[in-house]
Amino acid sequence: MSRHLARALVLMVGVGLIAACTGSSTSSNQPYSGTTIRVVTFTGPQIAEPLQRRAPDFEKLTGAKVQIITVPFSDLYQKLLTDFATKTNSYDATVFDPQWMGDYVPSGYLEDLSDRVQKDSALQWNDIAPFFRDFSATFKGKVYTVPLDGDFQMVYYRKDLFQKDGIQPPATWDDYIAAAKHFQGKDLNGDGKADYGSCLAMKRSAQSYWAWISIASAYLQSQGTKQGAFFNTDTMQPLTNNPGAAAALDVYKQLSKIGPPDQLNNDVGDSRGLFVTGRCALSLDWGDIGPLAVDKAQSTVQDKVGAIILPGSKRVLDRATGQLADCNATLCPYAINGVNHSPYAAFGGWSGAINAAAPSKVKDAAFAFLSYMSQPAQSSVDVTIGKTGFNPYRNSHFSNQGPWLASGMSAGAASDYLGAIQASLQSPNMVLDLRIPQTAYYQQTALDTALAQFLAGEISLNQAMTQITDQWNKKTDEIGRAQQLAAYRSSLSITK
Amino acid sequence: MSRHAPPRELRTATSWWRPVAARLDRFAAGVFILPAVVVILGFSIFPLLASLYVSLSRLNFIQGGVELKFVGFDNYAKLLFGLDRPHFLGVPGPITPIAVAVLVAIYGLFAYLLYGYVRGPNRTAVGLGGRLVTTAIAGALVWLVVNTIMTSGRPGTLVVTLVYVGVDVSVQYLLGLSLALLVVQHLPGRRFFRVVFLIPMMITPVGVAYLFRMLTDTSKGPFYPVWAHFGLTDVSWVINPWGARLAVMIGDIWQWTPFIFIVLLAAIETVPHELTEAAVVDGANRWQIFWRITFPQILPATTTVVLIRTIEGFKIVDLPNVLTNGGPGTATESLTLHAYTIWRALDIGGSAAVAYMLLIVVTFVGVSYVNLFRRRVTATA
Repeated sequence: MSRHLARALVLMVGVGLIAACTGSSTSSNQPYSGTTIRVVTFTGPQIAEPLQRRAPDFEKLTGAKVQIITVPFSDLYQKLLTDFATKTNSYDATVFDPQWMGDYVPSGYLEDLSDRVQKDSALQWNDIAPFFRDFSATFKGKVYTVPLDGDFQMVYYRKDLFQKDGIQPPATWDDYIAAAKHFQGKDLNGDGKADYGSCLAMKRSAQSYWAWISIASAYLQSQGTKQGAFFNTDTMQPLTNNPGAAAALDVYKQLSKIGPPDQLNNDVGDSRGLFVTGRCALSLDWGDIGPLAVDKAQSTVQDKVGAIILPGSKRVLDRATGQLADCNATLCPYAINGVNHSPYAAFGGWSGAINAAAPSKVKDAAFAFLSYMSQPAQSSVDVTIGKTGFNPYRNSHFSNQGPWLASGMSAGAASDYLGAIQASLQSPNMVLDLRIPQTAYYQQTALDTALAQFLAGEISLNQAMTQITDQWNKKTDEIGRAQQLAAYRSSLSITK
Repeated sequence: MSRHAPPRELRTATSWWRPVAARLDRFAAGVFILPAVVVILGFSIFPLLASLYVSLSRLNFIQGGVELKFVGFDNYAKLLFGLDRPHFLGVPGPITPIAVAVLVAIYGLFAYLLYGYVRGPNRTAVGLGGRLVTTAIAGALVWLVVNTIMTSGRPGTLVVTLVYVGVDVSVQYLLGLSLALLVVQHLPGRRFFRVVFLIPMMITPVGVAYLFRMLTDTSKGPFYPVWAHFGLTDVSWVINPWGARLAVMIGDIWQWTPFIFIVLLAAIETVPHELTEAAVVDGANRWQIFWRITFPQILPATTTVVLIRTIEGFKIVDLPNVLTNGGPGTATESLTLHAYTIWRALDIGGSAAVAYMLLIVVTFVGVSYVNLFRRRVTATA
C-alpha cells in the first residue's frame, strides 16, 4: 500500500512539475492565452477566407482564439454601427470598408492605432504604399486601421484574343465598347457556345455601382486627385447632373447590352467566374481577376489575361462651362496620348480596425492579429491567392515577384498585372473614393438604386441624373452642407 | 339555524375576511392575466410605439455617438409626396382605354355593393360609414394599381406588394384546393403525394430563393438544355420587370401552396360522408356536390387560411432579396424589402415610416376582409 502511495505521490509531483513548466512556457510564448477576439467581416469566401485560414496559426503563436463572424456585404455597415451605437459590443475588431471611417471615427467607435503601428516593427508600416497608409488607414491625421488589401479597379482583357485579332487594349471607354462589340457572340473558349464581349457586375444591392464610378471618373476628374469626382469642392453640389455623368451613364447602358443575358443580375463573383472560365473578352474588376486567372482549380485562361489601367476619355467635363470639352494641356494636364485616365481607388481596400470599447487585453490581441495578417510574411502570399480577395498594397508586394511566380503567374503576366496597379497607384489623377458621413447612403442606396433603375429602363438618363443629384443634395442638406463640404474637402486633403 | 352557526371566533374572522376575499376575488382575474399583459405590453405594444417614434425621427451621427432627431412627418411626406414617392407609390402613366374599362368595372362593382347594402335590411350608420371609408381607400389603391400597371407608368413597392399578395394568394388557393381535392380521391400513392406536396413548405425561404435563382438562370442553370433546345439561352427573364416578378411569384406560390393544401385537406376530410352520399343518391353530379356541399362546408377554413396567407404575403422579402435583390431596377421590390434597403444605410426613420405604411395597409386589408367577408361566412356557417 505504501509503495502505491509513494508511486502516486511521485506521479502527482511529476505532473505538477510538467504543468508548472508548461504553464510558464505558455505565459511567456503565448501572451494572449485565454483571450478571444471576435472579428466581423463580410460573408466570404473573399476576405473571410484568409482570416479564417490564418486564425489557427495565430492561435498557436499567441494563444488568442480568433472567431471570424461574417455578414453579407450590404449588411455590414449597419451591423457594425448598430452594435457600436447600442453598446452591445459583440465585435472586438472588424475588417471593413475604410470609407465608413467618416461615420465611425467621429462617433468615437474605433480605437486610435497611431502609437501601435509605429511601435510594431514586425508590421513594417512604412512598407505599406503611402496611398493606403494615408487614405485607407488614416483619418484626420490619426491611424485607425491596418490595411489588408489594396483596391483599384482596372480592366482585364483576353490578351490572346486581342493579339490574334490585332486589336489594341482599350485606351478609352469608346475603345472598350468597340472591342466588346467585336467579341460579343463569338466562341472565346472553344466550347462551341457563343460568348460575351464584356462581363460586368450590374446587380443591384451588390458591389456594382463602383463600376459606373470607374467609368464616370474618366469624364469628371481631369485636374488631379484634389479636384474630386463626386462633388464640387466649393459648393458641395453633386457632379452627377452634367454632360460628363451623362456620357458615363450612356457607356454604362451600352455595356449592359454587350454581355451575358442576365448581366443585370450578376454580382462581381458571377462576372469573375465568367471571365476566368473564358467566357468574356473584357471585364472591369478590382485586382481579384489577376490571381484568379492563374488558379488552376477554376481558370481556363491561365497566362492569357492582360491587365490595364482604367480606360479614359478624350473629352472631359470642363467645370467652367459645364460642358464636355476636348482634352488639352490645360484641361487634362495628366493625359496620356491625349486620353484622360482617372484610375479609381474604389473602396480603398479592406482594412482592419478595433472597437474602442473592447477590453484592453483584447485590443492588444486584436491588433496583434491584424498586424500578423498584414505582415509581409503572410500578406505577400495572401495577395497572390485569388480567393482571398486581398490585392497588393505593400511596396514589397510590387517589388518582390517571387510569391507571384510561385503562385503560377508567369513573369510577363505578373509584370503586366502589378504594372497596371502601380500605374493606378502612381497616377496624379487618381480618384479617391467618397469618405464623408453617411457615404453608405450616397453610394450604396441612392446611387445604386438609380443606376439599377436606369439599366432596367425604369427611368431615363436625365431622370437618373436628376434623381441621384436630388437625393444626394437632400441628404447633404439633412446632415448639413457646410459639415459635409468640410468632410469632403478634408478627405481630398484640401486645406486652403 | 343557530345549531349550524360557526363558532364565534370563526364568525369574527369571516366578518373581516369576507370583504377582503371579495376584493381579492375582484382583483384575482386582473392579477392572473397581469403577466400576459406585461409581456404583451413589453414585447408588442412598446416596440410598436417606439418604432412609431423612430418613424418620426432621423438618425444623426454626433460626436461620441448617435442621436435621434425628431422631424415630425418628414419621413412620411418623403414617401407620399417627396423624393421617394416614385419608389413607394410608383409613377402613373397616361390613362389607356383598358385602364378606364377596368376602373369603371371595379368602381361599378363597389357602387353596386354599396347600393345593395344601403337597400338591404341590415344597414346601420356605423356599417355604412365603415363601408364608405373602405370603399374610398380601396378605390384609391385600385386607382394606383391600375394606373401604374395598365399604363406605360411603373408600379412602386406598394403596388408590387399588392400584386404579389393578390396573385400569390389566389393561385395558391386554387392550386391548394385542387391538390386537396385530388388527394382525397382514392387514388394509388395518395399517401406518398400527401407528404411530397408538403415538402416546399419545410424549406427555408432563403433556400427556395437560391433554388429559383438557379432554376431561372438560362445560361448555366439546370434547365440549360431546355433553354438551349428552344434557342433561349441568350434570353434572361429575370432582367425583365414582369419576368422577374413572375419568377418571385412562382417561387412564393411553390413554397406556400402546401400550407393552403394541408388546411383545406383537413377541412375536406371533415365533411360528413352522409351529405355527399345523399347527394349522390339524389343524382347530383361531381360539380354540384363540390359547389353545393363541399365548398360551403370548407368555407370557414377557406376564409381563415386566405386571411393568414394574405397577412403573411404582405411580408414577402426573402425571395426578391435573394433572387434579384429587388431588381431589375426596383421591379421586384416589396414593401418589406424597401424598408430593409433603406435601413441598411441606417436611415432608420425612413425605414420605420415604410414599415408603418405596410402596417396600415395590412391592417386595412385584414380588418376589411374580416368585417366584410369572413364574419359573414362564419356566421352563416
